[in-house]
Amino acid sequence: MLNDSLKQLSQRLENKEISSVELTKEFLSRINKLNSQLNAFITVDEERSLEQARVADQKITAGTATPLTGIPVAQKDIFCTEGWLTTCGSKMLSNFVSPYDAGVIERFKAVGAVNIGKTNMDEFAMGSSNETSFYGPVKNPWDSHAVPGGSSGGSACAVAARMAPVATGTDTGGSIRQPAALCGISGIKPTYGTVSRYGMIAFASSLDQGGPMAKSAEDLALMLNVMVGFDARDSTSLQCEAEDYARDLETPLSGLRIGLPKEYFAEGMNGDVERAVDKALEEYRKLGAETIEVSLPNSPLSIPVYYVLAPAEASSNLSRFDGVRYGYRAESYRNLEEMYRKTRAEGFGAEVKRRILIGTYVLSHGYYDAYYLQAQKVRRLIAQDFKQAFTQCDVIMGPTAPTVAFDIGEKSSDPVQMYLSDIYTSAASLAGLPGMSIPVGFGEKSRPVGLHIIGNYFSESLMLNVAHQYQQATDWHQKMPNL
Amino acid sequence: MTLSIDDVKQIANLAHIEVSEDDVNSALNQLSDIFKLIETMQAVDTFQVEPMSHAQDVIQRLREDQVIESDQHELYQSVAPHVENDLYLVPKVIE
Repeated sequence: MLNDSLKQLSQRLENKEISSVELTKEFLSRINKLNSQLNAFITVDEERSLEQARVADQKITAGTATPLTGIPVAQKDIFCTEGWLTTCGSKMLSNFVSPYDAGVIERFKAVGAVNIGKTNMDEFAMGSSNETSFYGPVKNPWDSHAVPGGSSGGSACAVAARMAPVATGTDTGGSIRQPAALCGISGIKPTYGTVSRYGMIAFASSLDQGGPMAKSAEDLALMLNVMVGFDARDSTSLQCEAEDYARDLETPLSGLRIGLPKEYFAEGMNGDVERAVDKALEEYRKLGAETIEVSLPNSPLSIPVYYVLAPAEASSNLSRFDGVRYGYRAESYRNLEEMYRKTRAEGFGAEVKRRILIGTYVLSHGYYDAYYLQAQKVRRLIAQDFKQAFTQCDVIMGPTAPTVAFDIGEKSSDPVQMYLSDIYTSAASLAGLPGMSIPVGFGEKSRPVGLHIIGNYFSESLMLNVAHQYQQATDWHQKMPNL
Repeated sequence: MTLSIDDVKQIANLAHIEVSEDDVNSALNQLSDIFKLIETMQAVDTFQVEPMSHAQDVIQRLREDQVIESDQHELYQSVAPHVENDLYLVPKVIE
């Protein structure tokens, strides 16, 4: 049952083969067994989870269940969850029990899904390895020496280790897609503005976007059906017609045009990743798709641009953490100014402080034009490259990350090397385009490889179709680690 | 551009983050490396390119000027470090 799809689990619940309480207990016992070695969850609250499961069982009995009713969902600890510790992976919020629910959490509650626990993450979603968490690093379930990726590393690990059937993540520059790739699962960052940011602790507001992480594209579609929707409390939430993201899953791929950016297949990608990606593309040709070369000439600039814009927005967003209204406050201080300085020095970890410093600098007097404004201009050039490419193709493919999961500690002392982990994912984030990663095999040390699929704005159902057809022809998404 | 120790201290000051002498030195090295990476974008010709501040070209949504939230200050203040008489307590600012 641990490897069941959402559809199968939902069927079992509907047929009364199993109750939501029993299903929840099954995953809670899996978490109990594995979390001490993998560290995927920051908070598990059995009583609260089981209470939600009991309510779900009533819904199922009453015949008012929907596809996710009674299904355990792991929630990234970035989503404010009423009555639950919500830390964002930081000492700054290590005592913060949220007084309200994020828009995403409300939507899962409304359909009767069960919150199975809050997952570990890089502090304030700043990191690509989960090593910046105040709660310690998450281990990659395929190899405990390896990182799970980040920042949604706890969610990726939880799904890969089958501690939860599905999870939520957030993606600012690759934080859903890169950990999905490194843990051998599927994940999608939808078009910016489709999933509510209300109650999702802000890192870089013009880039942050929530999305689901799961074993398969089919499961992602069912998750998106719950997660997507207008929220008036998020000023950038888009008012779109509701759609069924599973509607196109079964469409054959004949005639699909796959664009391969020549810049992504140039230098930088490791041989093992390239071999797995090439094999996946070969499979797509067998399924009737054609591959054509496209160009994203400005994409090599996406990391420099990202590391101006994201820290700039972060330095502004994180100014709210000052020890006055919520969260950590320093023990000793002589005056207000010192209280702020010490609270922020002690409450934030090294990477968060580094990014606040970068952001403060690029926004400061005399440097604004040279850094911030120039980055915003290059951001437009990057977005225009995609616009041009999508006149020639339906989806874009390439590797999600340049290497398989690296070792814990390997890049933690070299921020620039760490930042380059998101070399293929950050461009789509800057453009606001949807992007996803699906598992397509294994590379060095038998660690998973992900295929990156970028779609045009609002083309999630096509992307899920493209991923699902591949998953019908292959079984990489069903592989699970020996634990 | 070359960052100096004083630059780092000045940024930390603006960001309200206390840094020790050791922190300043390691921050200087790491920030210098990061700015080397960032500066590769400065050679790009962006003459007449409109800055892109947002992923979607949408206009700011407005709503009716109505009260939509109820008063929940007790709930929201329950997570504050120090509260007295419904006020957030901080060290004395005015002598």
